[in-house]
Amino acid sequence: MASDRSFDRSLVVWLLLIALLLLLVVNPLARLLWASFEHPETGAFTLENYAAAYGRWRYVESLINSLVIGLAAAVVCTVFGVPMAWAVSRTDMPGKGLVWAAVLGTFIMPNYLGAVAWILMAGPNAGWLNRIYTGLTGTSAGPFNVYSMTGLVLVIACYSFPYMFVFTRSALDLISSEMEDAASTLGAGALRTTLRVTLPLALPAIMGAFIVVFLEAIALFGAPALIALPARFQVMTTTLWQMFEFPPRVQVAAAYAMPLLLITVFLFWLQYRIIARKGFVALTGKGGERRMVRLGPWRWPLLAYCLFVTSLSFFMPMLVVLQAAFARAWGRGFSWDNVTLRNLRFVLFDQTATRAATVNTFVYAAAASVIALALALAIAYIVARRLVPFGRVLTYVAMAPFVIPGIVLAIGFYAAYTTKPLLLYGTAWILILAFATRFLPIAYSNSDAALRSINPELEDAARILGAGRLLALRRVVAPLLRRGLAGAFILVFIPATRELSSAIFLYTTGTQVLSVLLFDKSDEGNFEVLSSMGLILVVVTVALVLVGFRLVGRDFLLKRTAT
Amino acid sequence: MSRLVLTDVSRRFGSVTAVDRFSLTLPPGEFVSLLGPSGCGKTTTLRMIAGFLAPSEGTIAMDGRTISSPGSTLPPEKRSMSMIFQSYAIWPNMTVAENVAFGLEVRRLGRAEIQTKVAKILDVVQMGHLAARYPQELSGGQQQRVALARAIVVQPAVLLLDEPLSNLDANLREEMRYEIRRLHDEFHITTVYVTHDQAEAMVASDRIAVMNQGRIEQVEAPRALYARPRTRFVAGFIGRTNLLDGEVRGDEVVFDRFAIARRAFAEPAALAGRVSFSLRPQSIGLHRQPPPADRASVVQGQITQRAYLGEHWDYTVRPAGSALALRVTARPHEVFEVDEKVWLELDPRQMAALEPE
Repeated sequence: MASDRSFDRSLVVWLLLIALLLLLVVNPLARLLWASFEHPETGAFTLENYAAAYGRWRYVESLINSLVIGLAAAVVCTVFGVPMAWAVSRTDMPGKGLVWAAVLGTFIMPNYLGAVAWILMAGPNAGWLNRIYTGLTGTSAGPFNVYSMTGLVLVIACYSFPYMFVFTRSALDLISSEMEDAASTLGAGALRTTLRVTLPLALPAIMGAFIVVFLEAIALFGAPALIALPARFQVMTTTLWQMFEFPPRVQVAAAYAMPLLLITVFLFWLQYRIIARKGFVALTGKGGERRMVRLGPWRWPLLAYCLFVTSLSFFMPMLVVLQAAFARAWGRGFSWDNVTLRNLRFVLFDQTATRAATVNTFVYAAAASVIALALALAIAYIVARRLVPFGRVLTYVAMAPFVIPGIVLAIGFYAAYTTKPLLLYGTAWILILAFATRFLPIAYSNSDAALRSINPELEDAARILGAGRLLALRRVVAPLLRRGLAGAFILVFIPATRELSSAIFLYTTGTQVLSVLLFDKSDEGNFEVLSSMGLILVVVTVALVLVGFRLVGRDFLLKRTAT
Repeated sequence: MSRLVLTDVSRRFGSVTAVDRFSLTLPPGEFVSLLGPSGCGKTTTLRMIAGFLAPSEGTIAMDGRTISSPGSTLPPEKRSMSMIFQSYAIWPNMTVAENVAFGLEVRRLGRAEIQTKVAKILDVVQMGHLAARYPQELSGGQQQRVALARAIVVQPAVLLLDEPLSNLDANLREEMRYEIRRLHDEFHITTVYVTHDQAEAMVASDRIAVMNQGRIEQVEAPRALYARPRTRFVAGFIGRTNLLDGEVRGDEVVFDRFAIARRAFAEPAALAGRVSFSLRPQSIGLHRQPPPADRASVVQGQITQRAYLGEHWDYTVRPAGSALALRVTARPHEVFEVDEKVWLELDPRQMAALEPE
């Protein structure tokens, strides 16, 4: 009798999954905190690590650099993203589809590939822009130098502004024309209405995006490493990376990473508060009727501006990457006798290291996506059905990696899993699990949404007719989730294929992925091969995005939840 | 033996008591409605019967076997019950026939038998021609019929319905009330029906349990419930009514500016001290001339408000000198003007004494 009752066999499954969640999220963070207070040799409690991390001006300076670059990049993103979002959402500007596609293209391009492209475009002397400039003016040297603070800010901004665009656009999309009409009937002109009514209503979203972009910029590793290191300055993430050069000083790195973690957590909290504020209520109401602002002759300058920004972020970089990927030598320019498939063949087939890295990239990403999604779905289910007490806590744990910079998470993983009892370092699993953890929030928010869209009564109906919980899940819930989960899989898989900032700390020989290899090979200056590797990533991503469009609809990647 | 016995069942959510010492016994084949406003605990009670929730206190027994108690609750899938949900919960990934066959498959019946039973029950609910359709292609009423077929085909020991008609439009809702009762008359399944709509409960039920704030106020057959409400809440919730407060003084019950002889009431012995009565608007007669007062009590009054509602008149009458506003319904040909003086005929035998608060 007793086995008939209260004891639910599925409970064992839930408890195991919760244990896995703790292993992936809580343990690395706890170990990171622990390591920052641990003496490297004796293991005793100490504050020396913090002294070592912040006692040197060099280290403090890179912290300041990060903050300055983050702030500057966020400002540039605002200048780039807000007018574009307004143009696409509220005006009759022509060519919206093209602009939208270019923003999507920007989103798809990994930031380190963007950095490679900008090196090809604005490298001193040889960069395309400099060569065009000297060609036109006859001077001996061009003015552009990507290897500079300004260059880095521009590159980061180019690959972060899509967040600004998406946030602002979603907010503007929700503002009813009636709001604007109310101002117009009181005698305000179109410009005044836009500046006094429309944009202020979107302001919380813009501020939220500003914070997200700032955090994205200071947590970035790829673009800063490719640009700042040759330019001989450091940011936090590159400094952390150097602390891991042999012999790795994990404890100092952990101490150094703490402020980054705290800033991030605080700012995400702030962003949450801003969005949740009263002002946002106006935006969450029904859209109502919406009419486009008629721009008249101003349509064309606005379109030109949108195309200018997307040229910097997408069109020109894509062009030079394509040229380099198919060129014998990229410097020889656009001519048929310079075209070759050698680079791609080299990456995909000839060289063992790159071939293995290509395979690793997709295998690891797929494994990480499956793990993240299965775990996220199970946790979302446990929370939604209140199967365990304090389920809400699990939500916070599952969403926590969202506010942990990838690089900090990687150090936590290193601290947690390079020693027994769980020795994962050196295996593929540490990368797979780190990726799964890093993108768990994406998987979670999508699983949660998918699950919420299913009325629990559908499951109850199966149970009352005699099906146990697991059978009800299999026969009723799983088939209904399939479509939503396919979209979620793609949303996790895409960033997992290109993840660099955590991979760079956790790979060993044999477990390299394309992003790591691309970064490793960057100091050889073989840009044709770098471009080919980047191109492979982009092509696979585009294919997946197209599948996503068919499954879930056109907006699935540029939704706010996707960020 | 009784099919379903709920004994002092309570359910708390945190500090809120959703269901408070609920006791009810259903013999096999009875149709009982749980009727009450939203938040009264009726759905919580139903979900406890189904096994989706465990009671905080009390027990639920089926055919003499305890199936729910605070420490041990038989899961829903082991209770041989069926349930119809507010959303119908028709699985969109299965056809009509697959939906109906699900419960039979879980019970491991043979394929041929399943087919026969599914076809038969779909004919009963007039859905045979739509067996191969997917739910998205069905109207709300048709989905409702599929839900009924799916629940009945497994011949459940108890059938539970959770506000099954609340998502249908008015005409369809009326039709489905009779349909549910027809199916009950055909299959005699013990049924618990949750609703906030008194007309629904009255059409379909053998007995109605009126619930308020987690408690049963009164359980009775529909007619008795209407004629003899025992509490203020039941009187007000089932149909419209006039609540009259009075006091027993000697041989009279004294109301606001009028009095009625105590012996005229149905149970004069029970009346003492402060008393309250419910008097239905159609139990009050309106007259231009004083009627012969043999049993009824006659009070003079004045019309203060009126509305013509097609099927009847709705008058508000103030007894002379009183602050009361009595609602009276009269047949369409009984026309009175506002401010007109009238004679009210109150029948004490139709005045239901209410329990003191």
